[in-house]
Amino acid sequence: MTDRTLLARRRSFTTRAVGAQSTVWRLDGVLLVSVAALCVIGTLLVWSSTRTWAPGSTGLVKKHVLNLAIGAALCGAVAMIDHRLLRAYAPVVYLVTLVGLALVVTPLGTTVNGSHSWIMLGGGFAVQPSEFAKLGLVLMLSMLLAQPAEGTDRPRALDMVFVLVMAAISMGLVMLQPDLGTTLVLAVITVGGLVIAGVRKRWMILLVLTSLAGAVAVWALDLLEPYQVARFTAFLDPSVDPRGVGYNSTQALIAIGSGQLYGKGLLDGGQTTGRFVPEQHTDFIFTVAGEEFGFLGSVTVVALLGVVLIRGLKIARQCEDRFGTLVAGTIVCWLAFQTFVNIGMTVGIMPITGLPLPFVSYGGTATFANLIAIGLLQAIRIREQAFN
Amino acid sequence: MNRMRTRLVVLNVLVVTLIAVLAVRLWQVQVVRGIEYVSAAAETRTRGVVVPSVRGQILDAAGQPLVRNRTALVVSVDRTSLTRMPRGGQEVLEKLADVLGRPVKLLEKRIRSCGPGVTRPCWPGSPYQPIPIDETVTTREALQILERQEEFPGVTAEVQAVREYPHGRGAAQLVGYLQPVTQEELEKRDGLKAAFSGVDLVGRDGLESVYDEALRGKPGLRRVQVDRLGKVIGVEQQVAPVSGDTLITSIDGRVQAIVEKALDGAMKRAPKADGAAGVVLDARTGRVVALASAPGYNPAIWTGGISEKEYQDLLSDKAGRPLVSRAIKGTFAPGSTFKVSSVAAMLRSGYPLNGTYGCPGSFMVGDRPFNNFRGIGLGTLSLHTALVKSCDTIFYKSSYEQWLRDGGLHPKKPPRQPFENTARAFGFGRPTGIDLPGESAGRIPDRDWKKDLWGQTSADNCKRSRTGYPEVKSASRAAFLKRLAYENCVEGYLLRPGDAANFSIGQGDVLVTPLQLAAAYAALVSDGKLRSPRVAWARVRPDGTLVQRIDPPVTGKLPISEKERAYIKNALSQVASDGTAAGAFSGFPMDQVRIGGKTGTAEVWGKEDTSWFASFAPTEKPRFVVVAMVSQGGMGGSTAAPAVREIYEGIYGIKQPAALPDGKPVSKLPMIARDGTVTR
Repeated sequence: MTDRTLLARRRSFTTRAVGAQSTVWRLDGVLLVSVAALCVIGTLLVWSSTRTWAPGSTGLVKKHVLNLAIGAALCGAVAMIDHRLLRAYAPVVYLVTLVGLALVVTPLGTTVNGSHSWIMLGGGFAVQPSEFAKLGLVLMLSMLLAQPAEGTDRPRALDMVFVLVMAAISMGLVMLQPDLGTTLVLAVITVGGLVIAGVRKRWMILLVLTSLAGAVAVWALDLLEPYQVARFTAFLDPSVDPRGVGYNSTQALIAIGSGQLYGKGLLDGGQTTGRFVPEQHTDFIFTVAGEEFGFLGSVTVVALLGVVLIRGLKIARQCEDRFGTLVAGTIVCWLAFQTFVNIGMTVGIMPITGLPLPFVSYGGTATFANLIAIGLLQAIRIREQAFN
Repeated sequence: MNRMRTRLVVLNVLVVTLIAVLAVRLWQVQVVRGIEYVSAAAETRTRGVVVPSVRGQILDAAGQPLVRNRTALVVSVDRTSLTRMPRGGQEVLEKLADVLGRPVKLLEKRIRSCGPGVTRPCWPGSPYQPIPIDETVTTREALQILERQEEFPGVTAEVQAVREYPHGRGAAQLVGYLQPVTQEELEKRDGLKAAFSGVDLVGRDGLESVYDEALRGKPGLRRVQVDRLGKVIGVEQQVAPVSGDTLITSIDGRVQAIVEKALDGAMKRAPKADGAAGVVLDARTGRVVALASAPGYNPAIWTGGISEKEYQDLLSDKAGRPLVSRAIKGTFAPGSTFKVSSVAAMLRSGYPLNGTYGCPGSFMVGDRPFNNFRGIGLGTLSLHTALVKSCDTIFYKSSYEQWLRDGGLHPKKPPRQPFENTARAFGFGRPTGIDLPGESAGRIPDRDWKKDLWGQTSADNCKRSRTGYPEVKSASRAAFLKRLAYENCVEGYLLRPGDAANFSIGQGDVLVTPLQLAAAYAALVSDGKLRSPRVAWARVRPDGTLVQRIDPPVTGKLPISEKERAYIKNALSQVASDGTAAGAFSGFPMDQVRIGGKTGTAEVWGKEDTSWFASFAPTEKPRFVVVAMVSQGGMGGSTAAPAVREIYEGIYGIKQPAALPDGKPVSKLPMIARDGTVTR
């Protein structure tokens, strides 16, 4: 622990003493409102897409609202914490998430919808440790890269090696599930962290080349599941198999496209009611927005997500310490990647990958992780503004 | 920190770009191409379902149903959706077999398309429509399927109208049967091709086929919203079906039953009989009162997929090919029943009506003697007695004379052929035009016909005249055949004098259908006008509104004067009491109703004789014409005539309740009330 952090902690105590009110005023209101709006829209879409499952079924919406409430509480709690304190505990958080990932691979893990990424908690609740692994990696690599090399503003070589090793462990465990989407998110977080931390361009080029070689190796060694290859092939040409793999993308496009400019109105989407798009309350929830709210509605969702990302980057830029900047920056990389890939796959410009749309898709653990991430952004903003 | 800020700005640009890309893409998908996807959505989300119209009933003249509908729960399988499932939907079929309590192998067979090498049960209809696999489903079984639709994708259970035949075997060939529409037929019918229901059946024979359009009605169309699994979640648009018209026929169910029973009895009496037909016409109008063919079958076997064995039985010779209506499709030499035409031909050729004619036991036609029946001479006869006693030699002689007058073997001028042309004027040699499919024309073997036949067979005959018949065991028979082949090779195009002689007594190459004979006799005994018989009487909407009344059209006039017609009719009136049918009608109360007619015994080479009796009653003002024919039945007087007697006994109620108590065919259409009930 350096003097600086100790100082910071004392400051934070005083800050807290000043009173909650002042903390609330320092929150990023635009970010908060945007996230809240996305959560409300998400709730409506989950309702619309799940209400026909059984007559009078509101079970999933209630659960979604409960998840949001818990997520909001977690968000608030995290926002209260001084993020620099988190820097000290980052290795612990990271290790806990690793244990979670490891448990999935043990007999405690459960398979839901073909993905072996769940741990059942009983009472109908389950967690998806890979969602928390994103948070764990964000904190861990930010901690490692926060300390620049002597006399420079670039990270130390040894730290970068550590980062790559940590990322590899997380990604490896997620790959075992297997969950390609989350693995890619972890990769994006890692690359994003390294870029923001100021890694030399030649290192980056080397990393990119290594990754490409790795990808080629994965392809050549047949490490991908056949369905993953099929998804990619179908992305390149959805007409290959419109009833099988291409079905998802075809149906998603039909649902979104048929919404036209104004949409068919909430609960009036025929494609949604007929459940033509699979997974339409989770990974394909954007198709519901597209069909029922039309271009105006879906572009609003995209805009809100854009606002969240841009506010996140602003928080990163305004942060005075490297750790906060790195945390905020990598969170934006994570959310941006998920946003683009998720919406991109529903409109046919990205291959189909099992990633939820942040703040909108149904899914407890993802909601918690996303809202905790927002909590972290708010925490960073609160602390930095106070002393600028 | 500056470096980090710079890189964050780059990241910001990247994020804004990605967001912009998404927005542009959304604009492209939703606004620019939105309308495309709207129609694609409508296509996936809705499905046109043809609502089958209820097929019209077929009623008899008394308003009793010959064919009616009963509702049944039918389970159908959509093969297109099965093939999309893993293992070709095998799992679904197994589950279905379990629920229905039927072997899965049977279900598999029933959904195969019929084709070469595929034995029944198989599906003869279009492979793109739901295939009914069980018509005898209980409500419980249907519910098991409907309530677990997700376990039975592509399987439906719905209430459908199924044909029912209250008369069982009765009138089977007459009413015909239904079969699923085939792909080719579907393609011919515009508009309905895309969305056809599995229950759309097409009449394949009999009245069901001829009046198919009228009976079928107009199917409705329902555009339903379906979900991903094809489960119906709502109705978008509905066009109600229009029920098919009811067809009222002039068939009398009771008389029909009597005729069928009489034919069955005749078949039993004649041990070698292999088929029989009976026709009852309303003599005055030409309407068909009964039309039967034995052996028969129960058309109910067509309902719900016929088995291979049942199907082969319908087609096999051993079972007597019950599918074929011998009354309109069977052609046989008419024997002496044909003499009414020959008498008319004689009169047209100038032979005097009241003249006397020698009836020797034998007559030399050219160099060959032609004998009377059993070679017995009957002395000198009037034409009247010639008909009553059925003398042959009178007709041999006159026909031979006319043949000679035409120029013999090598006519110089176009031949007059009075016997052949009179037969044509009696309606022989062409279909009567009855409202039933597949009617035969019969055959008038005149000089042109001989030439045509020779053109087709001379090559084969000439070859045989050289090679002989080494495969025939009997040497004398082989030699005979070789000589015959030689004759046919050299001069087969010639109408020989023997051909002319045989023709005059309905033997040789002349062929008629029982219906043709009945129509000719109806003309002879009523008003001299030849009518095309009709089975259908009227088309009526289900609510009773008359759509169309169907009357038998007059198609010709007999080429004889009223006096001559009365003379022939008068002669025939004596046959049952004093002539060749006297034995069969002994003890029949002729004072109550007098029967007239003509027997026929046609020789068939290598087989038993064809037994005929063509009759009418009452002789004064005939109401009915009844013709019975028993193939390989023997003498007309001993097999066909007793069957006809049974029919009259049933109609007039002799020693039993009368089928038609006032002794005449029903002359008023039955009334159908708005609610569909039938009153007389």
